[in-house]
Amino acid sequence: MAQTKVIVGLGSCGIAAGAGKVYEELQRIKEADNLDFELKKTSCIGMCFKEPLVEIIDETGSYMYGEVDAKKADEIVEKHIVNFTPVNEYIVKSDVVETKFNNYFDGQVKIALRNCGYIDPENIDEYESRGGYQAIKKIAGEKIGVQDVIKSILDSGLRGRGGGGFPTGLKWKFANNNRSKEKYLICNADEGDPGAFMDRSVLEGDPHSVLEGMIIGAYAIGASDGVIYCRAEYPLAIKRLNIAIKQAREKGYLGKDILDIEGFDFDLYIKEGAGAFVCGEETALIASVEGERGMPRKRPPFPAVSGLWRKPTNINNVETYANIPWIITNGAKEYAKYGTEKSKGTKVFALTGKIKNGGLVEVPMGITIKDIIYKLGGGIINDKKFKAVQLGGPSGGCIPEYLSHTIVDYDSVNATGAIMGSGGMVVMDETTCMVDIARFFLEFTCKESCGKCTFCRVGTKRMLEILTRITEGEGRDGDIEKLEELAYQIKDGSLCGLGQTAPNPVLTTIKYFRDEYEAHIRDKKCPALNCKKLLTYEIIEDKCTGCMVCKRGCPTKAISGEKKMPHFIDQSICIKCGDCYSKCKFDSIKVY
Amino acid sequence: MRVTRINKKEPALKAEAKVDLKLLEPLIKKYKSKKGNLIPLLQGTQSLYGYIPAEAMMILSKEAGLKVSDMYGVATFYAQFRLTPVGKNIVKMCHGTACHVQNAKAVTEDIQNFLEVKDGETTPDNLFTLETVACLGCCSLAPVMMIGDETYGKLNGKKAVEVIKEIKRKETLSQKKSLTENISKN
Ligand SMILES: Cc1cc2nc3c(=O)[nH]c(=O)nc-3n(C[C@H](O)[C@H](O)[C@H](O)COP(=O)(O)O)c2cc1C
Ligand code: SF4
Ligand code: SF4
Ligand code: FES
Ligand code: FES
Repeated sequence: MAQTKVIVGLGSCGIAAGAGKVYEELQRIKEADNLDFELKKTSCIGMCFKEPLVEIIDETGSYMYGEVDAKKADEIVEKHIVNFTPVNEYIVKSDVVETKFNNYFDGQVKIALRNCGYIDPENIDEYESRGGYQAIKKIAGEKIGVQDVIKSILDSGLRGRGGGGFPTGLKWKFANNNRSKEKYLICNADEGDPGAFMDRSVLEGDPHSVLEGMIIGAYAIGASDGVIYCRAEYPLAIKRLNIAIKQAREKGYLGKDILDIEGFDFDLYIKEGAGAFVCGEETALIASVEGERGMPRKRPPFPAVSGLWRKPTNINNVETYANIPWIITNGAKEYAKYGTEKSKGTKVFALTGKIKNGGLVEVPMGITIKDIIYKLGGGIINDKKFKAVQLGGPSGGCIPEYLSHTIVDYDSVNATGAIMGSGGMVVMDETTCMVDIARFFLEFTCKESCGKCTFCRVGTKRMLEILTRITEGEGRDGDIEKLEELAYQIKDGSLCGLGQTAPNPVLTTIKYFRDEYEAHIRDKKCPALNCKKLLTYEIIEDKCTGCMVCKRGCPTKAISGEKKMPHFIDQSICIKCGDCYSKCKFDSIKVY
Repeated sequence: MRVTRINKKEPALKAEAKVDLKLLEPLIKKYKSKKGNLIPLLQGTQSLYGYIPAEAMMILSKEAGLKVSDMYGVATFYAQFRLTPVGKNIVKMCHGTACHVQNAKAVTEDIQNFLEVKDGETTPDNLFTLETVACLGCCSLAPVMMIGDETYGKLNGKKAVEVIKEIKRKETLSQKKSLTENISKN
């Protein structure tokens, strides 16, 4: 009989939700009661909405328990492990018991995330036991030539997952063409889109897959030095990468004459970012690795010709690299089976915002946005009305509900004015104000502009001022047109992708939610009831019991009224803090 | 007389007591001759002192041959670097997209009202510095804040203030304790 395994999800967000304490508790009772089970660690399982997660695998199958705390952990061990009766009410995923979240996994195809949640990321043996390092061994064993590797990647149709969507095989070909002796290979792990965590999950959950992808890339382009540029905000990812690099060196996957491929030397190190969104842009990233301010450089020359230290350099995203070993092992054809004509394979999305099942999903290209949100994501929190979804973060745009039949592929998403981006998918409901969202993104890009181009530096600031003004009830006629004009000027007058795409959130929200802008500007109203300065609080006479609670709390003494008599808010004094609204126990205050 | 004398001397004493420049030596040794060492040197300095003291920049300039102007340029470009000391606990409140959509702003307002500081400021008792950041990578727990290594998720204003109050209570308690210990020792 195989020993029962108990696996705790210890990714960043699991730990934040308290998984560390659950692990300690499990360890404690295992020792205290001398129980016979193997306690193991893994990382992001994908069901982030049910963290902390504990999976029990016994001879009958697998049972994933969700929202486990120390107390529940005791109960689960007592019932499931000691008495062999699974605690059905806490189970969120299982191959034995039906749960309401089965849909969450049925729609997914896991390639980049193939090991995430299945292995202990700090143990190279577990990666190897699931086919890890087989791809590079295949290349070494079957003496697959450089050109054939590149051809495989070309044939697979894999496109860069960092947002640009450039065919990876082609990029490798360019870098390979260059005859320089010194070449570099960089992994872009800067993941700057606020509200996205795909790369973090891959790095924390399966760092070796990224390393193996980089080793294959280095072989293909002829690089001997690699850099992983990782944001400093991901300490756990950095820790696990360091462990993985050490293990890979010990096993000879990094170093000299790797796997006895003659003359194939490759090693890499981690470079911590220092907190600048623009450093995700490849030329700015290179400047940052060189120790300078992360300011983009003019392209051409492209990094494939002149990159790090002016040498040919290949840059790919974390998820791009994680796909590579799978493609080499399973073949380009197998990969190209998934997806649409021009967008092959799968894409990882971080589902967040007003969605019930927020987490990490990997779906085949070609699936509709609606299916992701409703079938996998389980719909909107509190069953509110789905309004829009934001793809591509600050460079992307909002896709409205009525276009939710749009399929996930580079061209279809681009046609809406949004971009595929790196995989952030923020779901918004009727209470999200679209003008405020546009303002939010502009505030971000304005802060993050490196300042090199006037249009990006000053233009985003002017746009932000206009948007702020509109959300504060100071909008003027002609503001929408002014925003549009500025948007096109910024797009044209900016050197790098940051400036060129910064106006996208504004343009798409104007395109799909112009009426909301108009309501703010003309009627001084926020239909989503989000922009504070545009709200009116009013006491409904018939419902007010005269309890005086609101009157006591009002900071400006705008509320008057006698005990047990209807109260009244003086609009000229009210500062719209909403204190009365949140305190009234009788729902007697309306807001509009 | 005495009072003025103490006052005059104090700033110099304070600076010396606060930054022990010797701590920099191993760091400089490690990175001195490496290409692209400016950022790692600044990062290392900040992790030693919690910020980058001007004195440390001078030493780095002398020992590692970097220009102060370059260092200053880089330090002010990246969000990570601070040129002034920070409070004992840094409250990192997430204002990434997912947290914004889940009303992080209201949580920040409550924290600001409680601590009576604005974004980037430190409380007079040096216990807390408030910082808004973009995405801590735990978006499914939005809104999120991080204090030290602890992350707190699914917040509202009340919950966030409770957490901070609790830390403050513990800090004052331990301060009192060390004070009484000192008194009894003397
Ligand atoms: C402002 C800006 C930010 C970017 N941020 C990232 C990022 O965080 N991660 C990433 O992989 N690519 C980012 N990119 C795209 C990179 O420039 C580059 O295209 C990508 O790393 C190439 O890898 P890929 O072909 O595998 O996608 C960004 C681009 C711009 C213009
Ligand atoms: S577009 Fe903006 S971020 Fe990009 S180089 Fe110009 S100023 Fe810098
Ligand atoms: S709190 Fe509500 S019920 Fe009480 S006085 Fe105010 S409006 Fe009336
Ligand atoms: S399940 Fe925890 S990060 Fe996804
Ligand atoms: S947006 Fe707040 S943790 Fe990601």
